[in-house]
Amino acid sequence: MGQTLYQKIYHSHVVGKLNASTDLLFVDRHLIHEVTSPQAFSGLKLAGRAVRRPDLTFATMDHNVSTQRRSLDAAGETSRKQLEALAANCDEHRIPLLDLTHPDQGIVHVIGPEQGLTQPGMIIVCGDSHTSTHGAFGALAFGIGTSEVEHVLATQTLPQQQAKTLKVEINGDLPEHVTPKDVILAVIGKLGTAGGNGYVAEFCGSAIRGMSMEGRMTLCNMSIEMGAKAGLIAPDDTTFAYLKGKAHAPQAEHWDAAVSYWQSLHSDADAVFDKTISLDASSISPQITWGTNPEQVIAVDEPVPAPESFSDDTKRQAAERALQYMGLSAGQKLTDCAVDVVFIGSCTNSRIEDLRAAASVVRDRKVAPGVRALVVPGSGVVKRQAEQEGLAEIFKQAGFEWREPGCSMCLGMNDDQVAAGQRCASTSNRNFEGRQGRGARTHLVSPAMAAAAAIAGKFVNVARLEGAAQ
Amino acid sequence: MSQIFKQGLVCPLDKNNVDTDQIIPKQFLTSVSRDGFAEALFYDWRYLADGAANPEFVLNYPEYQGASILLTRANFGCGSSREHAPWALQQYGFNVIIAESFADIFFNNSVNNGMLLITLSKTNIELLFNRCAQGPQQWQIDLASQEILFGNNAAMGFNIDPDIKQRLLSGLDFIGSSEQLNPQIAAFEAQRRANLPWLG
Repeated sequence: MGQTLYQKIYHSHVVGKLNASTDLLFVDRHLIHEVTSPQAFSGLKLAGRAVRRPDLTFATMDHNVSTQRRSLDAAGETSRKQLEALAANCDEHRIPLLDLTHPDQGIVHVIGPEQGLTQPGMIIVCGDSHTSTHGAFGALAFGIGTSEVEHVLATQTLPQQQAKTLKVEINGDLPEHVTPKDVILAVIGKLGTAGGNGYVAEFCGSAIRGMSMEGRMTLCNMSIEMGAKAGLIAPDDTTFAYLKGKAHAPQAEHWDAAVSYWQSLHSDADAVFDKTISLDASSISPQITWGTNPEQVIAVDEPVPAPESFSDDTKRQAAERALQYMGLSAGQKLTDCAVDVVFIGSCTNSRIEDLRAAASVVRDRKVAPGVRALVVPGSGVVKRQAEQEGLAEIFKQAGFEWREPGCSMCLGMNDDQVAAGQRCASTSNRNFEGRQGRGARTHLVSPAMAAAAAIAGKFVNVARLEGAAQ
Repeated sequence: MSQIFKQGLVCPLDKNNVDTDQIIPKQFLTSVSRDGFAEALFYDWRYLADGAANPEFVLNYPEYQGASILLTRANFGCGSSREHAPWALQQYGFNVIIAESFADIFFNNSVNNGMLLITLSKTNIELLFNRCAQGPQQWQIDLASQEILFGNNAAMGFNIDPDIKQRLLSGLDFIGSSEQLNPQIAAFEAQRRANLPWLG
């Protein structure tokens, strides 16, 4: 029997067996940031252990940083201490760090691919659940906790058990204005937030093949929101073209050998998946979440569902609670709902293609009165490119704030927060209660939909906004 | 011989999809310490906007003070990978969590802190909630025999991965166990350098 892509990567990284069902796997890349690493470094120190492979470890500052100015103390005293701890730890252990003074600093899941650190066939871990992003390159990439961060720092390995495999097949052409963000929200709506628990998901089908690397990253990024351990897409010419010439990608003398290895990284034709779901790309409309977890999602023109429409008791109760928290009623149209804040950013949707999509909606228009709108590029590289392409100017002229790179309002660890009761159109990944600020009401959408909401002052189907007179 | 692994008062948290942002909100994640998270547990549910205890949140009910076993529903611990979530639960006093299912990263993080996470069928979880509805419950957890003991000879069995059971019972050092394989790690590195030289 053939193997799935996940099984190939897993087996090629087994260092040895720890127990009946637990293997020790080698980790090719360990990405770290300020929030989930300080206790790991303290643990190492306490036990007198060294970092085994600082050359395979890379650090950035992202969660906690101010997006208004490049200063360690700009997001408060405890943030400053945490950022300084990361700098000191990286210095002590000779770990490369993209700090706030580095022109390429940015969100860990944006810079990994940009720097060519993310490559097909690798195992990549990071103390952050959205590490699944890197699966877009055919790498097995997943989030870990701080005890595991310490384990990887000490041994460059991680104990693992084999996960089940889920195939998500998406064929057909995406309608105009429907983006990878809409695809993954539709998949989560179908599978549920726990539908992927215990599985590694592989996305395949013609719709996936047609996506850019940026789009594939958005898709894999949110695999965690359906509970999957990781999301994967087999590498192809689109992947190789993206990687060529990147700083840490294989250089000329190794390039051909690397590509030939990468071409072997796909699920065999006779591989058997534990579960398969499929979606017709042409049936997907622009999506928007109405509740407080990502499976509570509808097409933007649909009414908010009634709790009674859920046959499952617990889902019905969750819907009741979500409607109350979100200040919505069953049957209501979100296109009648005014927005207070628009956030375009996060590891899900802050790459150049996302900013281009948003800017194409915003061009020659103005942010509606009373709406606070932010664009937070994912990295210094994205920011510079957007400025060179004139996108930053389009956003600024329309009335958007143009910020410095960081995680920002996705989780509001810095001062970018949504106030209680405010409604936010957000391109981020989680609409949990309080995620963007206590009492904040988050609606997850694509960059084009967020931009359209900023212009209209309410949620709107971006396809209709485009048709309207400017 | 049977041996009680944990025992204590049960607190029923009747919710699905309790995410790590609820277990511990982000403003507590700027700490560089591993301690001091007990007060932050379920912060937005546990305290009102003015900082007073929310009398409607189950953790604040007088009858559940001192609880050490948390009973909840499906997909507990979904969302962010923050290990601050199990730290907060453990420092508050919970060392056993019983649920229909757990998010993967949260599950690993909890086990790495020596916590016991028990997964049961929806039907059995319902039975346990029904027991709690009858009044505060004191249960014993026998990990060796894989049973929850309710008293009066009533019990419910549970499944657990044998490797995890072994780790919890022996209290083996997480990193130390892997370091036993240091020669294999070195051999793997050498082979990787030879076969895929661009990886370093």
